[in-house]
Amino acid sequence: MTKVTILQFPGTNCEYDTEHAFKKLGAQTEIVWHKSESIPTDTNLLVVAGGFSYGDYLRSGAIAKFSPVMKAVSEYAKNGGKVLGICNGFQVLTEAGLLPGALMRNDGLHFISKHHHLKVANNNNIFLEKLNKGDVLNIPIAHHDGNYFIDSEGLQELHDNNQILLNYTDKDGNIKNPNGSVESIAGICNKEKNIFGLMPHPERAMELLLGSDDGVKMLEGFLES
Amino acid sequence: MITAIVNISLKAGVLDSQGKAVHHALNSLHFSGVDDVRVGKQIVLKLSTDDKEKAMSDVEKMCEEILANTVIEDYEIELV
Repeated sequence: MTKVTILQFPGTNCEYDTEHAFKKLGAQTEIVWHKSESIPTDTNLLVVAGGFSYGDYLRSGAIAKFSPVMKAVSEYAKNGGKVLGICNGFQVLTEAGLLPGALMRNDGLHFISKHHHLKVANNNNIFLEKLNKGDVLNIPIAHHDGNYFIDSEGLQELHDNNQILLNYTDKDGNIKNPNGSVESIAGICNKEKNIFGLMPHPERAMELLLGSDDGVKMLEGFLES
Repeated sequence: MITAIVNISLKAGVLDSQGKAVHHALNSLHFSGVDDVRVGKQIVLKLSTDDKEKAMSDVEKMCEEILANTVIEDYEIELV
């Protein structure tokens, strides 16, 4: 059975939604408190869940990167372990230097909470290989600091290595940028393609009754390979 | 005792949405003659050392490691 380990910092608030979503897909889950200095050895997927770790003090994700568990996360990732950062998890991974770039205040300055369409920009990676390039998914976003920034050199590198995985679009797949992100980027991976960060919340798109079940397709892919 | 004042601002070339909003507000209030506004933050540290060189190198390290995100921010340190 696939084992999903979910990190919990003070202020994390999406760990139980994430657990519910992966359990629904048949995975075994474990929530690990940030004070832990190790992560379970049978972990197949490590998730840094969404929320407001340390109240977003200083900068979103800035304090969490010094939590004891983050050393273990770096090691797990360095050894090729699969790491997923959702929303605040994405912010923590960029602050920790595990993903390039940074997430700034939304350009409209408002907190945005709504369903938004995303287009798969690249699928030649272990996370999105079950989806097709160009697929459009309807997945909620909920963030204040989702404005992805990277300098032009870094952006070129992302392009060269197919590290841009998701763009914000409209339902027809045309670019529609909610927060000012460079090139409407919603999710990226590292060069080695084993760390994936995205601002949208696939774990909140698991039931048609609640607006969309497109998260199922995405999360299912994370459990394979 | 040395006090270190750290001023952190977004790098030139990084869009400062808050600065823009404040600029817009100033214009609405008829404060003319403001060409640009940048919003930053200030962190004040009281250090136990009296050694200015050590203080500067310590605070620089703090800025690089946590106080600023050098992907998007610049910092200036003033010792008083």
